[in-house]
Amino acid sequence: MSANGFNKSRRSLLAATGAAAIGISFGGLSACSQGKKAAAGAEEPKLNFYNWDTYIAENTLGDFEKASGIKVSMTNFATNDELFAKMKTGKTGYDVIVPSNDFVTQLAQANLLLPLDKAKLPNFKNIDPGVMSPDYDPDRKYSVPYTWLTLGLGYRKSKMPKGFVPDSWKYVFDSDMFKGRIALLSESGDLVRLGAKYLGYSVNAVTPEVVAQVEAMLKKQKPNIKAFHSDNGQDMLIAGDVDLVIEYNGDMMQAIADDKDKDLAYIVPKEGTQLNADCLCIPVDAPRPDNAHKFLNYIMEPQVGAQIAEFIGYATPNLAAKALTSPEYQNNPNIFPPADVMAKCEYAAFQGAEKAQLYDAAMTRVKA
Amino acid sequence: MEQSWRQAKSMFAAMLSVPLFWLVVFFMVPLGIVWLYSFGENRGLVDIAFTGTWSNYARALEWDNLAIFLKSIGIAAITTALCLVIGFPVALAITFAPEKVKPWLLLLIMLPFWTNLLIRTYALIAVLREQGYINMGYHWGFDIVNGLTGGALGEFHALPLMYNNFAVVFGLVFVNLPFMILPLYSTLDRLDRSLLEASLDLGAGHIRTLFNVVVPMAGAGIASGILITFIPALGSYLTPDLLGGADALMIANVIEAQFKRANNWPFGAALSFLLVYMTFIAIAVQGLIERKPAGSRS
Repeated sequence: MSANGFNKSRRSLLAATGAAAIGISFGGLSACSQGKKAAAGAEEPKLNFYNWDTYIAENTLGDFEKASGIKVSMTNFATNDELFAKMKTGKTGYDVIVPSNDFVTQLAQANLLLPLDKAKLPNFKNIDPGVMSPDYDPDRKYSVPYTWLTLGLGYRKSKMPKGFVPDSWKYVFDSDMFKGRIALLSESGDLVRLGAKYLGYSVNAVTPEVVAQVEAMLKKQKPNIKAFHSDNGQDMLIAGDVDLVIEYNGDMMQAIADDKDKDLAYIVPKEGTQLNADCLCIPVDAPRPDNAHKFLNYIMEPQVGAQIAEFIGYATPNLAAKALTSPEYQNNPNIFPPADVMAKCEYAAFQGAEKAQLYDAAMTRVKA
Repeated sequence: MEQSWRQAKSMFAAMLSVPLFWLVVFFMVPLGIVWLYSFGENRGLVDIAFTGTWSNYARALEWDNLAIFLKSIGIAAITTALCLVIGFPVALAITFAPEKVKPWLLLLIMLPFWTNLLIRTYALIAVLREQGYINMGYHWGFDIVNGLTGGALGEFHALPLMYNNFAVVFGLVFVNLPFMILPLYSTLDRLDRSLLEASLDLGAGHIRTLFNVVVPMAGAGIASGILITFIPALGSYLTPDLLGGADALMIANVIEAQFKRANNWPFGAALSFLLVYMTFIAIAVQGLIERKPAGSRS
């Protein structure tokens, strides 16, 4: 759902669909590690980290091992739904997971997260006080903030009319201007909420009537849509299959950085957008909660956080870390949108399983 | 060796116990649990209560979902028909190939199995996409003709090969063709050649011999080829997901969404079991077809 990390989406998609298709379970590795219990009291120096693809700096895990002696093995997931489906079955063997804001709430409500021991996390002092008690996790009982991100439109400048900037959701939801040249995100919840945002509703005021309105709009728009992409919209844009996609800012940042022709761009539409925050959490049945706390505290070190933030290109909520980053990173409006844009953006709250089913049923009818 | 199993019951039991254990523990029991889920209801985010409700099946049979089932059947049927039309001549050609070449031809048919389905599908994307090999070749030829005629063809428009139902059917035929060719080959290879010679000697042409002699005798191979192509095609998930466009949903994609996005396992289980029931029906139909010729001959 969120941040399929900054890209190489293709690889993460490969991992995700591959796992789904063939039934590989990454959980397998938990079985072996759980077998060898260390001496009473101490945890064996290992940690299983379940993360989005390319969503951490290359040297972070190695540095952590040098500093703490704990060896981290990281496996990747591609959507929050995949993460939740795995957590739901329990005993996955993971010690640290990276759910997005609404899934922090969902996991917490399902009693799948371990309350954090704040005494073991002194580096919480580095985090922006403004995000220390978000609606999705009051008082940060379960989650350490890792990144935050926007959804917006990625586009190819040379395929737009001269001087034109697609500054509205209209061009993907309610217009035939780019007929057959647009790709929408396939995540039902995000898509319905963004549709509601375009129609002037808050992303948290999506009633069944609003869902019906969005559904009707998308059914009408369907002939103009080339595909619903599984978070690889930037790849479709790069390959020239489409000219306009709904994507996460970090995914587009990477595409823009790699684009030799400097022909790609990203914009948050004028109606505002949905914000997401990815968080580090510890599953309630994590085999090594002590190591997990050490890892979380390490990630919040200013130097470590700065390296990660610059490497993955997403916004960091860690003020001490942000102070150590380059001016290019700090002043990038695609990473940190200006205040007037931010004023129109909002986080989507978790609103229960029935809502997710409502969204999914509507999108099934649209795609049928 | 020609002992009846009745005379060696303990041996028979020993031989059977391992596969039977495997079948029950790893197939019947998990499938039974999913079957129970299909009569359950969500309780909160994690738990499912077995209430014996039929509401999941009622919802699965609503028109929205039924339409996707029908569309999936349609796509699987077109795929199977194309596989048969393409696969039959290929199987026939291998049958009549020289003995030395045969193993190599069969190897070529089986070669794709050595590569993961996902990789084969990604390879197809590289071929079909707008700046893929087919469109690049087409663009190249187009520019040459345009250059020679001074732009007679007008502006170049790439062929829409990806992100539509054509791509899904193409991908499914590509993936399932070996499943059709192999059973056809094994039937055709056992064919009594003298019957073909007799048919030709007695004045029937090649086409007539093919349809009046070869096809009826290959009936069992055709039926099993159709079955093992149709069933996986009906439940295909990856191909529509990666190659399909805005209306590419097949029933397996809907099922996947229930287990993940919608977090509605009971409904997903009901949809899955409808698919299982359809498979049973397809197998039963094949059984009937196979029995018929035997009955009419006697």
